[in-house]
Amino acid sequence: MKRYTIFVITENFIGILNRITIIFTRRGINIDALTASESRIPGIHRITIEVTANEDTVIQLVNQIEKIIDVIKAFYHEDEGVVYQEIALYKIPVSRLDAGLEKIIRQHNAKIIAAEPEFVVLELTGHKEQTQELLEILKGYGLSEFARSGRVAVAKRMLTIESFIK
Amino acid sequence: MKDMMIRGADIVVRSLIAEQAEVIFGYPGGAIMPVYDALYDYHDQVKHVLTRHEQGAIHAAQGYARVSGKVGVCIATSGPGATNLITGLADAQIDSTPLVCITGQVAAHLLGTDAFQETDVVGISMPATKWNIQVRRVEDIAPAIAKGFFIARSGRPGPVLIDITKNAQTDFGEFNYVPCLGFRSFKTYVAVEKTKIQQAAELINKAERPYLLFGQGVVLGKAEAELKFFLEKTGIPAASTLLGSGALPQDHPNYVGKLGMHGNYAPNMLTNQCDVLIAVGMRFDDRVTGDLKRYAKQAKVIHLELDPAEVNKNVKVEVAVMGDCRESLSLLNEAVEGKKHDSWMGRFRELEQQEKAEVVQHDITPTKMGLTMGEVIHQVNQYKADDAVLVTDVGQHQMIAWRYFNYKRPRTQVTSGGLGTMGFALPAALGAQLHDYSRQVICVVGDGGIQMTIQELGTIMQTKAPVKIVLLNNNYLGMVRQWQQMFFDKRYSFTELDNPDFVKIAEAYNIKSQKVSDRVDLKEAIEDMFIHDGPFFLEVVVEKEDNVFPMIATGCSVEEVRLS
Ligand SMILES: Cc1ncc(C[n+]2csc(CCOP(=O)(O)OP(=O)(O)O)c2C)c(N)n1
Ligand SMILES: [Mg+2]
Repeated sequence: MKRYTIFVITENFIGILNRITIIFTRRGINIDALTASESRIPGIHRITIEVTANEDTVIQLVNQIEKIIDVIKAFYHEDEGVVYQEIALYKIPVSRLDAGLEKIIRQHNAKIIAAEPEFVVLELTGHKEQTQELLEILKGYGLSEFARSGRVAVAKRMLTIESFIK
Repeated sequence: MKDMMIRGADIVVRSLIAEQAEVIFGYPGGAIMPVYDALYDYHDQVKHVLTRHEQGAIHAAQGYARVSGKVGVCIATSGPGATNLITGLADAQIDSTPLVCITGQVAAHLLGTDAFQETDVVGISMPATKWNIQVRRVEDIAPAIAKGFFIARSGRPGPVLIDITKNAQTDFGEFNYVPCLGFRSFKTYVAVEKTKIQQAAELINKAERPYLLFGQGVVLGKAEAELKFFLEKTGIPAASTLLGSGALPQDHPNYVGKLGMHGNYAPNMLTNQCDVLIAVGMRFDDRVTGDLKRYAKQAKVIHLELDPAEVNKNVKVEVAVMGDCRESLSLLNEAVEGKKHDSWMGRFRELEQQEKAEVVQHDITPTKMGLTMGEVIHQVNQYKADDAVLVTDVGQHQMIAWRYFNYKRPRTQVTSGGLGTMGFALPAALGAQLHDYSRQVICVVGDGGIQMTIQELGTIMQTKAPVKIVLLNNNYLGMVRQWQQMFFDKRYSFTELDNPDFVKIAEAYNIKSQKVSDRVDLKEAIEDMFIHDGPFFLEVVVEKEDNVFPMIATGCSVEEVRLS
């Protein structure tokens, strides 16, 4: 089992996400993370799905996803084939903000993106290993909330959406 | 401008007419009433058949589609009408049957409010359709229907559901039908790659024991003539899947029989002895392959297939020839050498003799007292026309009818293959018959399955569809009973049936009927059935505890096919 990123280029059609996720459900495969947003071409959406599976399974998944009528293209890569980031937000009580914590924030390249009377919100963008590492540390600083996005990724291979829609 | 505008409901019907729909199977209700109102005006341009249940409507549309090669059409109302279509959708999806199903839906402003007869049919049918859509505005009706027909029939066919809210049906809009010829996300199938043809031809030309398996893809791709040419040129033995039967005439010298759990002995056994396996338009269903770990491991596999998702799904292949099998076969026909494989073919014939002695003889010329299903089909063969359509339900009778029916022409086999839907046969036979009243349609059905959709006798009565119904009555859910006998110590748990007087039921529907329990009466009864001008119901009481062999038990390998 390995971690794969599945890319789906699709028409923005109602229910498309449902059609994609039932392909995983039916096979009992868990989606580790999923992000969806409009691509640089209006009307065409990009969905990025992270999944831990063996390659044969991923090939089947991709084939089935590509069979969906409104999907334009689906393909997959191993981690080495993609450039990707995840964003994580951490909520910490203001009272715990001291020089020690500020040093940690600097060391991890995190930044404070909101300061409220009661709490501050830190942001770190990176791979899951990095955001996880900071999470473990901040648990010792009264962390009260944590949220992490799915993967936003681009493939290293040079292919454009235009080449899929001709 | 207003007089150029027509009602959404009229747009629905005129769109169907524009797509050359000849017969619509359906059932009315509140949310689809405007469309029914419109149908009233167009009854001279398109025929509507009122079934007795929406499941009957969709199976009838499937039967129609399977024999005609056209898109089957059915209509239902929202809520229960729509949910009654689900079994048929799942069936059409797994058996690649082109359908356009139209359902009524509550008015758009009521969506999501649990309105009367509101159900999320788009959500429910998603995994059972090739495509579905909800239309909430009158201007979207015609484009959705155009796209639906295109999707249903293009590439690998499948069912489409179009859910139309009531307001869209009653609003007025312009009608200007533009057929769909494609759209940007539609994956057109690539032209067959020449290099793949060369690789395949090389393997085939070098093979000593090549073997070809064909499925429904040959029928869907209209590649029957190309297949025949290929086999005659290469001398390769060929076997069919359940749904592929009919693509090659049963008596063709290269035809060696049927594959799978209740297929023939030789075709299963020798799968594990060929050196090159050529699969054409078939998907290596588990009922065909048995245990995959012990399936054709010695062979190099060539797969001619339209659907990329089917390649390497169950069986890893050496050469995948993607694309339309009619094109790939005709290219292959130029690239392969003329050959004979007499001694290899001889192996099939030897094992065939063994099957004849140990199974066929018992089935067709039984010495036991009770009638067998096999002898009934054998008698049917004596009277049927070459282009007669065999429609079967699911169970022992299905497997026996498949084994013994004399297939002569393509599109003569209509059965629920992938889903195994009991209750399919009677409505599907009706649909097949409505495509062509002059063609013989023979419906072979079990005493269990007929009771799942027996209400469609009413539709047969009303349409006077001259379906020949052969009920093979063993007073059991026979196929399940066979498994109980073989694998559950004969513990016949809830498989014996107290049946009604079927003949009386048929008579109540004004359908001429007869019951046969004695061998001496069989021949004449079948003759009478075919001579009779109109629908006929023939009940044959058969041996209660007869079994279907050969058989590959679940989890076994193809070479573990049993003769008893
Ligand atoms: C809708 C549905 N329910 C249950 C089954 C499981 N099943 C498969 S064959 C069979 C028995 C069919 O009995 P009958 O129609 O009498 O045919 P026979 O096997 O006796 O020829 C059953 C219950 C099924 N295939 N479809
Ligand atoms: Mg029975």
